[in-house]
Amino acid sequence: MWEYTDKVKDHFLNPRNVGEIEDPDGIGEVGSLACGDALRLSFKLDEKKRIKDVKFKTFGCASAIASSSALTEILKGRTLEEAEKVSNQDIANYLGGLPEEKMHCSVMGREALEVAIANYRGQKVKKEDFEVVCNCFGVTDREIVKAIRENDLKTVEQVTYYTKAGGGCAKCHPKIETIIESVRKDMGKEAPPPKPEKKKLTNIQKIKLIEETIGREIVPALKADGGDLDLIDIDGNKVFVALRGKCSFCPSSEVTLKQYVETKLREFVSDELEVEEVRQ
Amino acid sequence: MKTVYVDNNATTMVAPEVVEAMLPYFSELYGNASSMHFFGGQVQKKVNEARDKVADLLGADPTEIVFTSCGTESDNAAIRGVLDSYLEKRHFITSRVEHAAVNNVATYLGRKGYRVTELLVDRKGRLDLDDLREGITDQTAIVSIMYANNETGVIFPIEEIGQIVKERGIPFHTDAVQAVGKIPINLAKSTIDMLSLSGHKLHAPKGTGVLYIRKGTRFSPFMIGGHQESGRRGGTENVPYVVGLGKACELAKKNMEDENTRVKALRDYLEKRILETIPNVLVNGDRNHKLPNTVSVSFEYVEGESILIMLSDLGICASSGSACTSGSLEPSHVLRAMGVPFTAAHGSIRFSLSIYNTKEEMDYILEHLPRIVARLRDISPFWKDYLKSQGKI
Repeated sequence: MWEYTDKVKDHFLNPRNVGEIEDPDGIGEVGSLACGDALRLSFKLDEKKRIKDVKFKTFGCASAIASSSALTEILKGRTLEEAEKVSNQDIANYLGGLPEEKMHCSVMGREALEVAIANYRGQKVKKEDFEVVCNCFGVTDREIVKAIRENDLKTVEQVTYYTKAGGGCAKCHPKIETIIESVRKDMGKEAPPPKPEKKKLTNIQKIKLIEETIGREIVPALKADGGDLDLIDIDGNKVFVALRGKCSFCPSSEVTLKQYVETKLREFVSDELEVEEVRQ
Repeated sequence: MKTVYVDNNATTMVAPEVVEAMLPYFSELYGNASSMHFFGGQVQKKVNEARDKVADLLGADPTEIVFTSCGTESDNAAIRGVLDSYLEKRHFITSRVEHAAVNNVATYLGRKGYRVTELLVDRKGRLDLDDLREGITDQTAIVSIMYANNETGVIFPIEEIGQIVKERGIPFHTDAVQAVGKIPINLAKSTIDMLSLSGHKLHAPKGTGVLYIRKGTRFSPFMIGGHQESGRRGGTENVPYVVGLGKACELAKKNMEDENTRVKALRDYLEKRILETIPNVLVNGDRNHKLPNTVSVSFEYVEGESILIMLSDLGICASSGSACTSGSLEPSHVLRAMGVPFTAAHGSIRFSLSIYNTKEEMDYILEHLPRIVARLRDISPFWKDYLKSQGKI
């Protein structure tokens, strides 16, 4: 069970400002049924251009409903310039915190607010202007960049917690990694720590690790293309392998060997390894 | 606040009779069943009695019963134990809707270079047995298909499946964790070669399991160690828990009729009243082939975790296949495999009953559930849109 604060439970069980404002000054809608949560936010301004009334309708889990309720409470009485500064962290803080896996609920609140304010100003937040990075949840690079900046995110997992991006088929993970790296560089923060240096291996350890890596990382990929690979011998840093099945007569087998097998072995075992093909 | 526990496919209460049967084996009869002295010998006898009781519930021979630590261990031991005995065979067949204990073994095997075939299910959660017939090859080492689904309660035609697999001379394993104790099983007249069960799903404590291995099935032990369990599973017998599991199996046999009459009637009542009192509810899974204790329904336009937490606030313990409850972002793999539409997949709720549930408890749920769903629909932006689209408002 999630550990929700009392404030989250209160705002879920007794949500404030549920509904839709008739003839609103601004309205914003984000999310969808397919994604598992959605929020429709509408507001009305008073004569001093302060938010007089704000209401929400949310489809989603307890923290999504609580985040929406909290957002409406935060917004009341603010000017739009003040409202614009409300971040997803403010929403989470108002609730005494959210489980990290649920932070995307607070981000959804901030996004709906942004769309509603743009709507009031006659602008449109257009998804088409940005690249969709995660197709499973329709998350754009802009949303990911924003979440990284505002919440100081460091890992793909965190980006998923905050934006849902990468939470489906995981195909976009390398892309998200690249975004994290460039945004953090931009922010003047160090890139994520480099992978620990490979420790010195004994011969037996090296042989075992090579065998494991071939079994786990290389053979399945070759098999997907109808090929296979046998480890023939290891001599120092030279690894002798024989290609089987389709690979053995594939004209690009030279490339397969040099680029694929060697890259993988160097990544997982040692940078000094060289791969040579033998015909057996 | 009273607790209404209707999450028995997740775990069950340990029966008071089971607790009582276990107690002497902690501080009084604490011998090692393998010891030569009388103190261990008397314990060995009790382990064997428990084995007889498990065998009796399953219609198996006691020598075919191997005690393990849980259902997951039994599944791993069965699948990996057979693969280890047929090293030349590199193909594994299972279904798309298995429990993680099989599903993730399949993923692991795929990474290890095995070819894995996952049989698909239809909208009602049923397999197409022609897919199985066509899927089996000379390379197939083992077929593992669950007896009954934990989320929907759908029962697969396990004997027919076993027949198809048997004709090809391939070992057949079934994860029967949800079936044992709920529906009658007779392995003496069955095509099943291996079967996994879990104690804590049938009122024994957590940390107990069984792997049934039919005589003559090729199998390499997964847990390598001492000679216990006739060399099929090393590790000192967990005597109190084995005794408890034996008692639970004895009770399950006695209660089988109650489960399939009274509990089934309670389940039917709960399901029927939910459909009558709440609009836009879908029943998940084939209603004609279902465990007697399981209700799986989806409430359109609301999210499952929200329903669960409102129920929990009233002391009602149920479960959901919605994304938010699992910590993942997508609804359960079972509902997705069945093609449950997104309008409903996120709003699935499972009630799973046991012999300890009462009609009053069902009425308590029915008193509150319609209000909870209505309240959440009132908060949901899609419900009003839906009503408008139907011309209802």
